[in-house]
Amino acid sequence: MDLIRLSPFDLALAAVLVVLLAGVTMWARMGVGRTLLIAAARTVIQLLLVGLVLQTLFDHAHLGWVTLMAVVMLAVAGYEVMARQQRRFAGMWGYGIGAVTMFVSSFAITVLALTTMVGPSPWWEPQYAIPLLGMLLGNTMTGIALGLDRLTQNVWRERRTIEGRLALGASWSEAVTTMRREAARSGLMPTINAMAAAGIVSLPGMMTGQILAGAPPVEAVKYQILIMFLIAAGTGFGAIGAVWFASSRLFDHRQRLRLDRLKPGRHT
Amino acid sequence: MQPLLEIRQLRTDRLGPVDLRLQPGELVQITGASGAGKSLLLRAIADLDPNTGEVRLDGQARDALTPPQWRRQVAYVPAETAWWGDRVDEHLPADWARDDAEAFLERLGLEHGALDWEVERLSSGEKQRLGLLRALATGPRVLLLDEPTANLDEENTRRFERLVRAWMAEREAAALWVTHDTQQRDRLGGRILTLSDGRPEGTSWT
Repeated sequence: MDLIRLSPFDLALAAVLVVLLAGVTMWARMGVGRTLLIAAARTVIQLLLVGLVLQTLFDHAHLGWVTLMAVVMLAVAGYEVMARQQRRFAGMWGYGIGAVTMFVSSFAITVLALTTMVGPSPWWEPQYAIPLLGMLLGNTMTGIALGLDRLTQNVWRERRTIEGRLALGASWSEAVTTMRREAARSGLMPTINAMAAAGIVSLPGMMTGQILAGAPPVEAVKYQILIMFLIAAGTGFGAIGAVWFASSRLFDHRQRLRLDRLKPGRHT
Repeated sequence: MQPLLEIRQLRTDRLGPVDLRLQPGELVQITGASGAGKSLLLRAIADLDPNTGEVRLDGQARDALTPPQWRRQVAYVPAETAWWGDRVDEHLPADWARDDAEAFLERLGLEHGALDWEVERLSSGEKQRLGLLRALATGPRVLLLDEPTANLDEENTRRFERLVRAWMAEREAAALWVTHDTQQRDRLGGRILTLSDGRPEGTSWT
């Protein structure tokens, strides 16, 4: 099981390709040349930094450091969820709903997987804990952001329908039920699609990585299946929870639709 | 006599304070320039917008009822009704007898099969009449009608008025009716509340 190490020269050769691509886009006046180069530079810097951080973390394996890293990851993911909302909740709710549901679903599932399924010792062994949590957070983040965005947009657009139903004596939950269902579904769809297409259309990234690192394909596949299931559960429960939580926050104790709790939409 | 609907110091951030008492069987008209707060007043009474003050139905405080219970008894019919299903009858309570609904259809000048119509092909006048029908299905004691006949011709406006009057007489119900039409104002009669800038005008009662 040998990993072929990449030399700086190998990376530079790959970088030449990106520079070539940037040259072509500039020649064609596509207007993305600069953005492309900046993005490429960010990839190099961010990934090198993360590599260093992970190396340090592995060398000083301690529950406290692992927890700190996990909390930082969650904080960034929470911000990302908020930033992807066209109409988000005003005040701390805009950040809180995404961050809390993400915390509950992805942390709970990561801990469950580490303690019962993967079982490294100690259970928080950073080599397993951090990549697992990262993959879960990355996917739950997308699911929750999609679900919340769809919910607030639909409720905003269909406020007359919702108030019409309320006026006829429907409960808040009846009045918002179709929008809630649709929002939760849109949060879940990417994961369902990924599971359905796994291995046929694309080879999932983690499995590919393990195979490149020399793991037997069947072992890599087993890990990938485990991860897929964890991601499905984390994204699904996360999106459903966030949509439910957010929809209840759109109404007050007298079951009035409170769109004033949302910030005005961004015009992008 | 105990009023059917009693409103004291009703306020929202753009309305009030409003005090108002409706006796059983009473119809009060609301007028005022656009933006004077006529719809806001109806919405506040139906508890669709945050508001403060005291609202009682038959002596019972609004907060003692759940919001759905309250809104079934104090029915708000907006100027533009919202429809979410494909067919008209999806918007009626499932336990409502179809015969009752058919009887109302006739009194509103609508065809027999109107309950099976697709919402997409309803005219605005048909929507307004079916909007009233849908509100009556919950058996309200107070009707909050926001320019309910704006899209109706003369004949159907009369039908609409007669049906509301008949409902009020049968059920000892009351109504608040927002209207701009001066002829209608004379026909409906009763007290008139004029709002300006979210408040009843000093000499608003005529």
